[in-house]
Amino acid sequence: MIGANNMNIRKLIIAAAALVAGLAMAPAQAAEGGAHVERQAWSFGGIFGTYDTNQLQRGFQVFREVCSSCHSAHLISFRNLMEPGGPQFSEAQVRALAAEYEVADITADGGRRPAVPADRWPSPFANDVEARDANGGSLPPDFSVLAKARGVTDPFPTWIFNYFTGYQEGGTDYIHALLTGYHEEVPETAPHDFQLPEGKYYNDYFPGHAIGMAPPLADGSVDYAEGEDGQSVPETLEQYSTDVAAFMMWMAEPHLVSRKQTGFAVLIFLVLFAGLMYGTKRKIWAGIEH
Amino acid sequence: MSEHSTYVPGNAVEKWLDDRLPVVRFAKEHLMDFPTPKNLNYWWTFGAILVMCLGVQIVTGIILAMHYTPNVAMAFDSVEHIRRDVNGGRIIQATHAVGASMFFIALYIHMFRGLFYGSYKAPREILWILGVVIFLLTTATAFMGYILPWGQMSFWGATVISNIFTAIPVVGENIKQLVLGGFAVGNPTLNRFFSLHYLLPFIIAAVVALHIWALHVPGNNNPVGVEVKDSRDTVPFHPYYTMKDLYGMVLFMIPFAWFVFFAPDILGHPDNYIMANAQVTPAHIVPEWYLLPFYTILRAIDFNVLFIDSKLGGVIAMGGAMLMLLIVPWLDTSKVRSGVFRPMFKWFFALFAINFVGLMYLGAQPAEGIYTVLAKVCTGYYFLYFLVILPVLSRIETPKPLPTSISESVLGKTAHA
Amino acid sequence: MSTQAEHSSTNRRDFLFVATGAVGAVGAAAVVWPLINQLNPDASTLALASIQYDVGPIAEGQSVTIMWRGLPVFVRHRTAAEITEAQAVPLSDLKDPETDEARTKPGHEQWLIMIANCTHLGCIPVGEAGDFDGWFCPCHGSHYDSAGRIRRGPAPKNLVVPPYEFLSDTLVQIG
Repeated sequence: MIGANNMNIRKLIIAAAALVAGLAMAPAQAAEGGAHVERQAWSFGGIFGTYDTNQLQRGFQVFREVCSSCHSAHLISFRNLMEPGGPQFSEAQVRALAAEYEVADITADGGRRPAVPADRWPSPFANDVEARDANGGSLPPDFSVLAKARGVTDPFPTWIFNYFTGYQEGGTDYIHALLTGYHEEVPETAPHDFQLPEGKYYNDYFPGHAIGMAPPLADGSVDYAEGEDGQSVPETLEQYSTDVAAFMMWMAEPHLVSRKQTGFAVLIFLVLFAGLMYGTKRKIWAGIEH
Repeated sequence: MSEHSTYVPGNAVEKWLDDRLPVVRFAKEHLMDFPTPKNLNYWWTFGAILVMCLGVQIVTGIILAMHYTPNVAMAFDSVEHIRRDVNGGRIIQATHAVGASMFFIALYIHMFRGLFYGSYKAPREILWILGVVIFLLTTATAFMGYILPWGQMSFWGATVISNIFTAIPVVGENIKQLVLGGFAVGNPTLNRFFSLHYLLPFIIAAVVALHIWALHVPGNNNPVGVEVKDSRDTVPFHPYYTMKDLYGMVLFMIPFAWFVFFAPDILGHPDNYIMANAQVTPAHIVPEWYLLPFYTILRAIDFNVLFIDSKLGGVIAMGGAMLMLLIVPWLDTSKVRSGVFRPMFKWFFALFAINFVGLMYLGAQPAEGIYTVLAKVCTGYYFLYFLVILPVLSRIETPKPLPTSISESVLGKTAHA
Repeated sequence: MSTQAEHSSTNRRDFLFVATGAVGAVGAAAVVWPLINQLNPDASTLALASIQYDVGPIAEGQSVTIMWRGLPVFVRHRTAAEITEAQAVPLSDLKDPETDEARTKPGHEQWLIMIANCTHLGCIPVGEAGDFDGWFCPCHGSHYDSAGRIRRGPAPKNLVVPPYEFLSDTLVQIG
């Protein structure tokens, strides 16, 4: 009888503990006030996901040719572009790329010199004030960790499942949605009596819908080189958005691949060790009534 | 503890040491031979798991401090530097951040275990009070640690919580300035929080030592709540509980590792990847999940009570919700320790646990509509449980018959199974 | 019979304990290593472990000081006279015998690249000074010649030549 009661209470406590662990950890909330953000199939999603090197290279091209004229990425160094797990450009390519940019260096003649791989990616504006002045009062956010600074609020119980699937692509889903979510005119789906302020653009996913950034990408705006295998990637808004979002995820989380690899080794070890510990504990307790 | 001293120095050197500093004797008595009830279940392994958590946080924290810069201009970037450039930095940083959450999961389980099995009752009141002190210190440490990455949630969390002090009549504003080292959260705040965040874990470790000392005077409580009668009721701590605790720790490390390696940011908030900005408040200020129940209680008081305005009322309620734990041993006067033998108590306790989860959930919701009503209801039950239900139950409840000893209860269980 | 069964069960148990202990030890070691390795130079430091420098703009008879791995490095464009003088010194005159050829790269004898810390106690010697047409350390009076070799004074060794190579006629990679 004691045992049976004990079991009930135990179940209750387990249920409560599981709820504590699940329910209470607040879901990410960032993209509220926008339309529903569709999940994309990211190569780096899920526990087995890794970056697609070609996609990162294309994403870098979009970033460099389009985004970087307004957006900084001050935590990124040129050398990152040749590190394992990233776009993996060759050292020669990175050196040549870096040399095209100038960075401040008080020890150099005139205070400026061509960049080397160890240098950070130069920002397009000297400071936030200059950046705002050049962009109609809006500050283009820094790209370094932007993919992790945006998220999607999942309804209950989806966000509980996220703990078990390791879903952390809300930021890239949002970025992809934002880039493809522009309307030339205020659509009928807009909130009732919505007024688009002067100099703003309508976006389905931006909180409040009035975004200061003009649609940055359109079909054909970036020329992708043909792959070595003769395959070409479509030069569409959809493709650009996906590629640049993937690149931004890499910028924000450059060690994602090695982190997951280590994770597998650690988890396999822990499961094995837990099994051995269980056996050891059982053997030790074998003669004891408890 | 000398009554069960079993140590006999093996040789002249040990004898020499034992006469001067009896560390070997101490270790043998308290870590090896300490008589421990043989019926402890897995809920009891969380004590050892918490020691592990504290160790993990201290070790990873010391490492992070080697690479971190406590300055408002550089703190955010220095954390990113750790994630990007330091060897293994991403994993060490994630272990520390996830470790805080794991620490609190274990801490809450440990506390709820104590509340259910009556581990706070005589003669273990001091043991319980020291545990509450550890909980309060850990909460403070975690809160200050969350400021250090200097993201938006760090900044605004610090702003909101430091404004709690302004609820104090007359001197509130002065106390707030004293705490912040300025008129608002800024560089002096970050520096002192870093200093205290580094200091407090060592104070926690010292209180943990007292906590274990206080545990080793009366010995462990156990699931039936009947005191140890003789040596048939106990087993030596080593190897029985060292191995069981170690097994518990390894199991605990599995979800820990899952979060560290596969979802290191899922327990955090995206806004903390935006550097602190005193001009922009995030749409939604949410504390870390483990502070949410108390945050809900703080927000639930949105009405004035006599001369106490809603702000002060909220602060009193939140402080009271935590500090009330200190007097639980005198609120629950039932002679029966274990909830297993208290037919009414266990339902109120289950409701309390669910209510606590509810408070946690509500803390993450916007303070509007139905949520504010529910927050008041849950806050009400939280206080009702401690201040009314526990004292009343102690008087009116008829407990089930207790086994005469641990050995008897163990044999009874085997017979039923 | 029964002792045999007991014996084999003891063996199984011992094996389990040893295996658990061994796996646990491996796990502990795997945890300890990253905790130590984090002390090693990080990626941003390693990225500057090797630098490239264009010596082209340095005129004959001029020196510049550049930074490499946190240390000052002399890059000197030596005159023909300095080279001849350095090459003519017999090894027997030297406190730390080293030929001029060993301290420069073939075909690039005019370039002398050295870490600018005196081998005595680390001060930075003054250029084009001292009794041997090279460097003079004012701290404790060490004289170096036009190949940066110690000639007189308390310093025990020649100025240290870092590992470097010429990638082209004027582009040097140090480290």
